Amino acid sequence: MKPLQPVSAPARVSYGVGFFALFVAVWAVATLGGFVPKLFLASPITMVEEGWALMTVHGFAYDIGITIWRVVGGFVLAAAIALPLGIMMGAYKPVEAFFEPFVSFARYLPASAFIPLLILWAGIGETQKLLVIFIGSFFQLVLMIAVAVGGVRRDLVDAAYTLGSSDRSVVARVLLPNAAPEIAEILRMVLGWAWTYVIVAELIGSSSGIGHMITDSQALLNTGQIIFGIIVIGLIGLISDFLFKWANQRLFPWASA
Amino acid sequence: MNKLSIEGVGKLFAGRGESQPTRALMPATLDIADKDFITILGPSGCGKSTLLRIVAGLETASEGRVLLDGRPVTGPGADRGMVFQSYTLFPWLTIIENIAFGLRERGVAETQRLDVARRWAQQVGLKGFENHYPKQLSGGMQQRTAIARALANDPEILLLDEPFGALDNQTRALMQEMLLGIWEREAKTVMFVTHDVEEAIFMASRVVVMSARPGRIKADIAVDLPHPRPYTIKTSAAFVALKERLVEEIRAEVMASA
Ligand SMILES: Nc1ncnc2c1ncn2[C@@H]1O[C@H](COP(=O)(O)OP(=O)(O)O)[C@@H](O)[C@H]1O
Ligand SMILES: [Mg+2]
Repeated sequence: MKPLQPVSAPARVSYGVGFFALFVAVWAVATLGGFVPKLFLASPITMVEEGWALMTVHGFAYDIGITIWRVVGGFVLAAAIALPLGIMMGAYKPVEAFFEPFVSFARYLPASAFIPLLILWAGIGETQKLLVIFIGSFFQLVLMIAVAVGGVRRDLVDAAYTLGSSDRSVVARVLLPNAAPEIAEILRMVLGWAWTYVIVAELIGSSSGIGHMITDSQALLNTGQIIFGIIVIGLIGLISDFLFKWANQRLFPWASA
Repeated sequence: MNKLSIEGVGKLFAGRGESQPTRALMPATLDIADKDFITILGPSGCGKSTLLRIVAGLETASEGRVLLDGRPVTGPGADRGMVFQSYTLFPWLTIIENIAFGLRERGVAETQRLDVARRWAQQVGLKGFENHYPKQLSGGMQQRTAIARALANDPEILLLDEPFGALDNQTRALMQEMLLGIWEREAKTVMFVTHDVEEAIFMASRVVVMSARPGRIKADIAVDLPHPRPYTIKTSAAFVALKERLVEEIRAEVMASA
C-alpha cells in the first residue's frame, strides 16, 4: 500500500461494507458458537427477532420518534442561541473577551452530571430532557462557531474594505459566508454528540424514548433489545450524518475540494 | 493637478512586549498626477507594501498624511481600489459576483451591476468564465478577476501590490500588457508596487526607487517611452539603457539588505 493513495469509489464502498460484515460475522460466531453465554450477549438472530417484536408489539417506533424529537428540539434551541452569540464573539473581540472564559469553563461541565439538578428544577418531563441536550451542545457550539467566524483570512477582509464595505457588511458578506461551510460541519458534529446526551437523559427518570427502553430491557436481562436499541441509534446517526453531508455539498459547492 | 499627495508619511511598527519598535518606512513625500502610472520599485522588506497599505487606509501612518484630491485619507474606501499579491477573491462568489462585489456594497441594482461586471470580465479576458468559482481558475485568471473587481468600482486611484509576483514569467508578461492596455484606454491613476525592474519600467511613466529597509525614496525617474507600448519595446535601446540604470540603483540596495 502506498501512503495517501486514493481508493476508487466502488472499492471504498466494498471495504466499508466489508468491515460491517466482518463485525457481524465475529459476533455471530461468538454467540451462536456458544463462546459467550446467552445471558450476556444475544446473537444477531435473537437481536433481529427481539427488534421485530419491539417494533410490532411494544410500539418502539413511538419511542424512536420521541427521542428524535428531543434531540432535534434541544439541539435547535441550542443552535438558535449559539449561532448569533458565536458569530458576535468571532467578529467582535470585546464580546469574545467577555464571554469566552466563561464559555470555555462551562464547556467542561459534563451535561450528564446536571441531570439530577435538572430533575430537581424541571421535573422529569420534556423540559428537563431538552435542557440536558441544550447544556451539552450549546457551549460547544458557541466556542466552535466563534473560532470558525474569527478564522477568516485577514486579506479577504482587507479586500472587502478597499471595495467599500462597511464594518457591518464585512461581518454579513465576508465573515459569515466564509464561515458557513465550517459552521454547517460544526452543527453536524455537535448533533452527533447530542445523541449521547439524550440517551443518558432517558436512562434516568424517563417513561419513553430509546434510552428508557434500554433501561427496561436491562431489568429483564434482554440483551437482544438493548443491542437493537443501540443499533437503531447508530443507524439514525448514520442517516443524519449522510443528510448533513449531502446538504452541505449542495449548499456550498465552492467549498468542496 | 495632483491626484494623490503623500506628505512625509512614515511608519513605525510597535514592538511586541520588550522588543524595540521597527521602522518600516522613513517619512516619504510623493505626488502623483492625475491619470499617471507610477511604479514603486524596491528590494523586499523596504516598506513598499506598508506605504501602499497606508494609502489604501488599511494601515495608519505614524507620521505625515495622505491626501486624495486634496482630502485627507482616514480609512479604507471604495475610491482607492486595491489588488493584493495574495489571491483575495471571495471563494464563495462566482467570478462575475466577485467583480460586482463593490457595486453591490454601494447598492447598485442587480441587473445593472451584472452588466458592468460582464463588461469588465470581457475587458480582462475572462469571457466564458463568469460563472466559475475562483478555485476553478489559474492564478493569472484570479488576478485578472481581482483587477476587474477593483476597476468595476470605478476608483479614483488603483493600487497594486506586486499583483503578478506569484505568476510565471510568460503569464506575468501577458498580465503587464493587459494592465497597460487598460490604462491606455481608461486613463486611470495607478500606483503599482514591484521589485522587478523590467516590470517597473514597462508599464510606468514614472519609477520611484526605494532604498533598503527602512525604506526611503531614493530616486524618481521619468520613463519617456512612447505609448502604446508593445512587449517588443523591452528590447529597445532606450528601455535597455533605463533598465541598466535602475538595476544599478537597486543592486546597491539589495546588497545593503541581503
Ligand atoms: N504588522 C507589522 N508589524 C511589524 N512589522 C511589520 C509589519 N508589517 C511589516 N513589517 C515590517 O516592515 C518592513 C517593511 O515591510 P513591507 O512593507 O511588507 O515591505 P515590502 O512590501 O517592501 O516587502 C519589514 O521589515 C516588515 O518585517
Ligand atoms: Mg510587500
